[in-house]
Amino acid sequence: MFSFELLINAIVIGILLGGFYAALSIGLSISFGLLDIVNIAHPTFIILGAFFCYIFNNNFGYDPILVGLVFTPVFYVLGNLIYIVYYHKFEKTGAEALRGLAFFFGILFIIEVSLIVFFGVDFRLVQADYIDFKLSFGDVDLPFRMFVPFVIAMALTLGLQYFSSHTFFGRAMQAVAQDSLALRLVAIDPAKIKRIAFGISLATCSIAGALVVIVIPIEPSVGRLYIGQVFAIVVLGGLGSQSGTLIAAMMLGLIESLVTTFFGPSWAPAVAFGALILVLAFRPTGIFGRVGDTR
Amino acid sequence: MNRFCKHTFAIAAAGVIAVAGYMASSSQAIAACPLKIGFSMAQSGGLAGGGKQALVSMEMWAKDVNAKGGLLNCPVKLIYYDDQTNPKTVPGIYAKLLDIDKVDFVVSGYGTNLIAPALPVVIQREMVFMGLFGMNNNKKWKYDKYFQILPSGPDPAVDFSSSWFETVMKMNPKPKSIAFVAADAEFARNLKDGAITNAKRLGLKIVYNKNFPPRTADHTPIVRAVNATNPDLFYVASYPNGSAGLVRAVSEVGTKARAFGGGMVGLQFAGIMKGLGPKLNGVLNYDFYVPEPNMNVYPGVEALLMEYQKIAPAKKVDALGYYLAPWSYAYLQILGDAIKAVGSKDQAKIAEYIHKTEFTTVVGKVKFGANGEWAHPRTLTVQWQNIKKQNDLDQFTKPGVRKIMGPAAFATGKVQPFNSLR
Repeated sequence: MFSFELLINAIVIGILLGGFYAALSIGLSISFGLLDIVNIAHPTFIILGAFFCYIFNNNFGYDPILVGLVFTPVFYVLGNLIYIVYYHKFEKTGAEALRGLAFFFGILFIIEVSLIVFFGVDFRLVQADYIDFKLSFGDVDLPFRMFVPFVIAMALTLGLQYFSSHTFFGRAMQAVAQDSLALRLVAIDPAKIKRIAFGISLATCSIAGALVVIVIPIEPSVGRLYIGQVFAIVVLGGLGSQSGTLIAAMMLGLIESLVTTFFGPSWAPAVAFGALILVLAFRPTGIFGRVGDTR
Repeated sequence: MNRFCKHTFAIAAAGVIAVAGYMASSSQAIAACPLKIGFSMAQSGGLAGGGKQALVSMEMWAKDVNAKGGLLNCPVKLIYYDDQTNPKTVPGIYAKLLDIDKVDFVVSGYGTNLIAPALPVVIQREMVFMGLFGMNNNKKWKYDKYFQILPSGPDPAVDFSSSWFETVMKMNPKPKSIAFVAADAEFARNLKDGAITNAKRLGLKIVYNKNFPPRTADHTPIVRAVNATNPDLFYVASYPNGSAGLVRAVSEVGTKARAFGGGMVGLQFAGIMKGLGPKLNGVLNYDFYVPEPNMNVYPGVEALLMEYQKIAPAKKVDALGYYLAPWSYAYLQILGDAIKAVGSKDQAKIAEYIHKTEFTTVVGKVKFGANGEWAHPRTLTVQWQNIKKQNDLDQFTKPGVRKIMGPAAFATGKVQPFNSLR
């Protein structure tokens, strides 16, 4: 059943899907990749962001992406507060490994249960003009339900990449991942940098939430479906590398789309995770990971 | 001791024994109250939408029964735990219900995947087990105390889609080929297998047959792959996320199939109906109750739904309750009627009574076959038509939006080709 039309459409959708996965993973590449914080609740924060978008879209008709952008400072502050607790209770005492993980598991359940209590468990979808719009170039379709999230995801990823490599705080974020002691020697407080970085990581959840609710229907526990995937993308991309995360997400999106189209959707996760194992066998630090990074 | 004294002593002793016996039996009766019915129910996770809806109507049943004096002179108490839509939690929940909570009866949680892990625990205790929307769970066990409220029919996996196939085969020209897509989950796979049996029986050529993982974010590649095989019919067995995703994908990519749908769970949920709106037009899917004129076969269902819809906003559950509320009420109604008729908690006698009785419930007359499934199928095939607005739930409460295509006894419309309604 191979046809050129199928192939091109599979590639286009794969790239768009990759962009969507990048948006889900980019914040985690900061918290898990740079800060070594196993924020297992990251997808749940994304769903929290998605619910804010749904409320404002459903009740007031606001565009979900606009709502996502407006709520980024709220998520940034939330991230700062969570990090302060995490730092004082776990990181400072060296108990962050298992207890820290349990802490984020706890946050995951608290958010999920709160969403269930306040909103119930119904599936929610948002409305926006572009969601039902598509451009066709001959046999190739460009559905805006996927294209708009792709554009936002690219802007988010490239923006973060620029921030990381061209600003003081961005470089400090990179430095804290490599040698926090050296950072102290130049009179920078690693805890402060980590707090800001974790805040940024969570701020991305607000935007990613807007993209999620555009692409799929949401309910409080839907984030759990993506936990394995986002961590796999961050590891595959190389811990702490935003461009690596983007490329890994694209790879997974493309593999998923091509395998689904030509071999059947049930093979897609197996092939995608097979590729992950293969890459890690040859490059244990991921595609863009630093050689010698043994985290 | 003279004769009089002997008699007096004997009577007094007998009296003491009788009083003691009565007190013992009544204290036993008091100790056995309330009558406890235990179950797991999805209150979080993917099936929580259905689970919460079910729980509301189950509590309504308990309230109704208690208002009439309870069962076996005891008030009824429901004891339940959230299974998180996770089958792994279910055996532990039922072990706790039986060993620690000491429940008198158990019923199932919502859905095939959550019934399957409970069955071995219940079978071991030889208890009556009422199932809520299980697809062919008793196929391997052949347990004689299992009864299931989903109106699939005696051969559930096959009978479930019979009406759908009867409907599509009425199309002119007759369809010749079919594509199958199913979510990678117990219920969907069972359903697809049954539908394949029907397709083979009718001589339809199967041109595509694949499963997809539940976490699939974008379903357009699946629809494109199906379109490449150019089927006349496109049968889908899916859970809510996949159902919504596939309807959206078909809206974006289009399909030349003359019928699309079949076993899509979730399209009946208020939130998804409201969100998808006109994208549902043309979808031909299963259902159990729709607000169509021919549905008056269900006595009391309208009153039940009116009451449910009053409670639903405060409980933050499905606003309409068409899909599950009548059925979760009915499976307890059957158990309650059987307990009352038998007059004891004897599980074997209750099972025997359920087997031989035709019950009158809010979902109409119910008679179970030997395997605990409905003796005769009554799954509806409905087609979404005339949906004008998005984000308008009210339109779904009126007749003419989900017209019944089959079985013929309930039909309120004639099936149209999918694209003619788009």
